Amino acid sequence: MTLNDTVKHESMDEKGTPLRLGLAFWFIGFLLLIFVPLLNLLPQDSLFYISDFTLNLFGKYFAFAILALGIDLIWGYTGVLSLGHGVFFGLGAYAIGMHLMLEIGAEGVYGSSLPDFMVWNQVKELPWFWKPFSSFGFSLIAVALVPMIFAALFGFFVFRSRIRGVYFAIITQALALVAWLVFNRNETNLGGTNGLTDFKIILGYSLNDPSTQRAMYMLTVFFLGVAFLLCRWITQSRAGRVLIAIRDCEQRVRFTGYSPANYKLFVFVISAGLAGIAGALYVPQVGIITPNQIGVLPSIEMAIWVAVGGRGTLIGAIVGAVGVNWIRSILTNHFPELWPFFLGGLFVAVVMFFPKGVVGIFSQVQSLVPRRKSKSMNSKIAEATK
Amino acid sequence: MVQSLMPILLFQSLIFSLYLLGLTAPASAQQVDSPTIEIATIDDAMNTLAKGVFSEKKLAVDYLIQHGDPSLLPQLEELRSNVNRRVRRLMKPVIKLLRNKANLVSKDSEDRRVAARDLGASGMAEALPLLNNALSTEEDRWVKYDLEEAINLIALDSTNRQDRLAAIASLGDMGSAAALPILQELVNQPANDAEQKALNTAASAASRQIQKWQDIAGGIEILLQGLSLSSILLLMALGLAIVFGMMGVINMAHGEMMMIGAYATFVVQEVFKAYLGEQFFDYYFVFALPCAFLIAAVFGLILEGTLIRFLYGRPLETLLATWGVGLILIQGARVIFGDLTAVQAPSWLRGGAQIMVGVQLPHNRLFIIFLAIFCVLGIYLLLFRTGIGLRIRAVLQNRDMSACLGIPTRKLDAYTFAFGSGLAGLAGSALTLIGNVDPELGRNYIVDSFMVVVTGGVGKLAGTITAAFGIGTLNKLLEPSFGAVYGKVMILVLIILFLQYKPAGLFTLKGRHLDS
Repeated sequence: MTLNDTVKHESMDEKGTPLRLGLAFWFIGFLLLIFVPLLNLLPQDSLFYISDFTLNLFGKYFAFAILALGIDLIWGYTGVLSLGHGVFFGLGAYAIGMHLMLEIGAEGVYGSSLPDFMVWNQVKELPWFWKPFSSFGFSLIAVALVPMIFAALFGFFVFRSRIRGVYFAIITQALALVAWLVFNRNETNLGGTNGLTDFKIILGYSLNDPSTQRAMYMLTVFFLGVAFLLCRWITQSRAGRVLIAIRDCEQRVRFTGYSPANYKLFVFVISAGLAGIAGALYVPQVGIITPNQIGVLPSIEMAIWVAVGGRGTLIGAIVGAVGVNWIRSILTNHFPELWPFFLGGLFVAVVMFFPKGVVGIFSQVQSLVPRRKSKSMNSKIAEATK
Repeated sequence: MVQSLMPILLFQSLIFSLYLLGLTAPASAQQVDSPTIEIATIDDAMNTLAKGVFSEKKLAVDYLIQHGDPSLLPQLEELRSNVNRRVRRLMKPVIKLLRNKANLVSKDSEDRRVAARDLGASGMAEALPLLNNALSTEEDRWVKYDLEEAINLIALDSTNRQDRLAAIASLGDMGSAAALPILQELVNQPANDAEQKALNTAASAASRQIQKWQDIAGGIEILLQGLSLSSILLLMALGLAIVFGMMGVINMAHGEMMMIGAYATFVVQEVFKAYLGEQFFDYYFVFALPCAFLIAAVFGLILEGTLIRFLYGRPLETLLATWGVGLILIQGARVIFGDLTAVQAPSWLRGGAQIMVGVQLPHNRLFIIFLAIFCVLGIYLLLFRTGIGLRIRAVLQNRDMSACLGIPTRKLDAYTFAFGSGLAGLAGSALTLIGNVDPELGRNYIVDSFMVVVTGGVGKLAGTITAAFGIGTLNKLLEPSFGAVYGKVMILVLIILFLQYKPAGLFTLKGRHLDS
C-alpha cells in the first residue's frame, strides 16, 4: 500500500545530476533580501516602488514558507503527514508574543504592568510561566525550543508505538483541536479567544515603524534561506536517503536494520522547530496571534500549501506557501465568500489532478521536451539504418 | 467594600421602614372599627371581598381559604385586577390555593406535580388538608412523591416539635432537592436550647443524606448524557470504520454528511409547517429520519462516484480531498441556509421520564440511544445474516480474492460508502433534537469520531462500539471535574498512551500480512 500511497518524486538528485547550490539560489536570495527592500526605499510615485504593505505581506508569506519547509521535510520526504503543525507554529508565535506583551510594560490601555487581557480577567500577578519571557534572549531560545521539546515528547510516544499514516494524521489533528481548545481558555492566561495582540515595540524599536518592518522582512528572508540550506543539507545527507526510504517502504527500512522511529522523531522535531521559528517571525509582522490561527483548519491548510507547491521538493514547499497565501489575500479581499470554495477545490484538485504540485507540472513539461528530442533522434537513427 | 456598602444599606433600611409604616399605619387605623359582619356563605365572602372594608376582606379571605372552590377563580381574578396593591397582596394566597386546588385534580400528572410543588414551596399550612386529600387518592408514583414532599415541607414550619423532626427525617429519606436550602438554613440557625439543637442535628443529618443522594443522581445523569453522546459518536464512527476498513478511505467529509442529515430534517420540518396542518406536525420527525438517511446516502453515492473511487487505498490523499469537499459543503450550506437554524423537536420527544428521585431521562436523549441500538442491530443483521453482508465481509478481508470469486467489489464499495454516509445522516437528524443546526455541525464531531475509529481498530464492529462508548462516556465523566476542555486533553493523552499498548486499536482482524 505504501508504494502507491506516496507520490514518488524524481528529484534532480535521482536523475543523476548533482544538486549544486546554483547561482540561482544566491541570485534569488540577493533579490529578495537586498533588492526588494531597496525598492521599498524608492519614492512612492516611482514605477518600481514596493509599498510597506506589500513588503509586509510578503514577509508574512515567507514566514509561512519556513513552516512549509518543515512540513515538506516530514511529509514530502519522510511520508508522515502531520495535521498538527499549527500547534508548533502557535507555540513559537505565542512565545514571542508573550515577550512582546511584556515589553509594552505599563503602556497598555489600563496602565498596568500586566498585559491588558489579564487586567480584564482580573489576574493580579504575572503567572509563573510568563515570567521568563520578559527576557528577550530566553524568548528567542524558547521560540524554537518549546515546540521542539513538545514535538519530541509527543513524537516519542506516537512513533514508538508505530502509529503511522492516517493514524498519525488523525492523532495530530486531535492534537490541533485540543491545543485550540486549551489556548481558547481564559484561565490558561494566554489571552483566550482574542489571543495576544496590540504589540508596540520589539527590542526598543517601534513595530509600527516601516524600517522595523523592513528589518523584520529581511530577517524572515534570511531565516528562510538558512532553513532552506538546513533542509537541503538534511535531505542530501545519508539520513535524508533513509528518510526517503522510509517514505517509500518503511518495512524494508526496518528490516535492513534502521530504526524508522528515531529518524521520524528527528525530522519531526526539526520540523517543529522550523514551525516555531516561522511563528515567531510571523507575529511581529502581523501583530496578532489568536487560537484560530493554530487550530484544525489552519493546520490542514498548511499541508495543502506543500501539496500545491510540490511534495518532496524544497522549492515546491516555498512556492506553495507563498502562492496559496498570495491568492488567499487577493480572494479574501475581493470575494470573501468564495475563498472556502476555492480552498476546498484546491484540496480536491491537488489530489486528483496534479499530485506533484506546481513544481511537478514544470518538471513534467520539462521531461516532455527532451523526450521529443530523443524520439526524433531515434527516428533519425532509424532512418539512417534503413 | 464595607464602607462603600454602608450608604446603600442605610438607604435600603430607610426605604424599608417607610414601607412598613405605610403598610401598618392604615391597617392599625382600620382595626379600630372591628369587623361587624358574619361571613357564613361563599356569596357573603365574595360580596365582602368586593365591597367591604379591609378588615372585613381579611375575614372573607380566611373564609375562602377554608371553604373556597376553584370555580370562583375567574371572579376572583377579575376582582383582583380592580383593587389596589394592598388588597391584591391579601388575595394572593386565596388565588394561589384555589388554582393549585384545581390543578391537583387535573388529568395531566405534570399539572398535579407542579401544583404540589408550588404548594410545598408556599408553605401555607392551610394547604395541608388539600394535599393529604390528594395523596389518599393519588396513584401516580411521582405525583405522590411531590405531594409527600410538599406536606413535609409545610410541616417544617409547624409549631409542633415532633412534627418538625419527623418532617426533617422523612425529607432526608426522600432525598428531596427542594428541602435542601431550607434544611441548610435550619442548620445555620443558632442553637440556643436543647430543642433547637435537636432540630439542627436532625437537619444536618438530613441535608447530608440529600446531598449524597444528589451526588448519586448527578452521576446517573452524567452516565446518561455520556450514553447519548456515545450513541452519536457510534453512528458516525460505524460508517467511518466500515469505509476505512473496506476501501482504505478516510472520509473527512463524513461530518458534513451528518450536517446534510441535519439540514434534511430541517427542510422536512419546514415543508410540514408550510403544507400540512398543525395536527401532522408531530409526525414530521418520522419522515425526517428516512429522508436524512436517503439524502445523505445520495450525497455519499455522488461523492464516491466522482472522487473517492479514484483514490482507493490512498488514505492520506482521500483525507485531504474529502476535507476539501467538506469545506465546499460547509460553505454551500452557509450560503443556502445562513448561519444558524433550529429544529423544533416534536412534542413526543420533548420532556422526559423520571426514573428516580432527581433523575430525569429526557426523551430526546433516550430516543438517540435507541436509534443507535437499532442501527447497530440493523448493521449486525446486515453484515452477518444477509448475502450482501457476507460479500462485504469478504471484501473487507481480502479484496483481490473476493473479486476473483466474482463479487462485484466496485458496486459493493459504492453501496457501502452510501450506507455509511446515510448512517451519518441519521446521526445528524438525531442531533437536531439536542442542539441547533449550523453548517459546521459535523466538524465538532469528526475528530472525536476518528478517535473512536483509531481506538477501536478497523474491521470489527465490536471495537467501534466499545471505543464509542468508552470515549463518549469518559468525555462526560471527566467534564464535571476537569471541565470540557481539560477532559478532552486527558482523553487525547489516554488514547495516545493506550495506543502504546495496542497500536492497532482494540480489536483487529487477524492476518499474516504486514499491515502497511
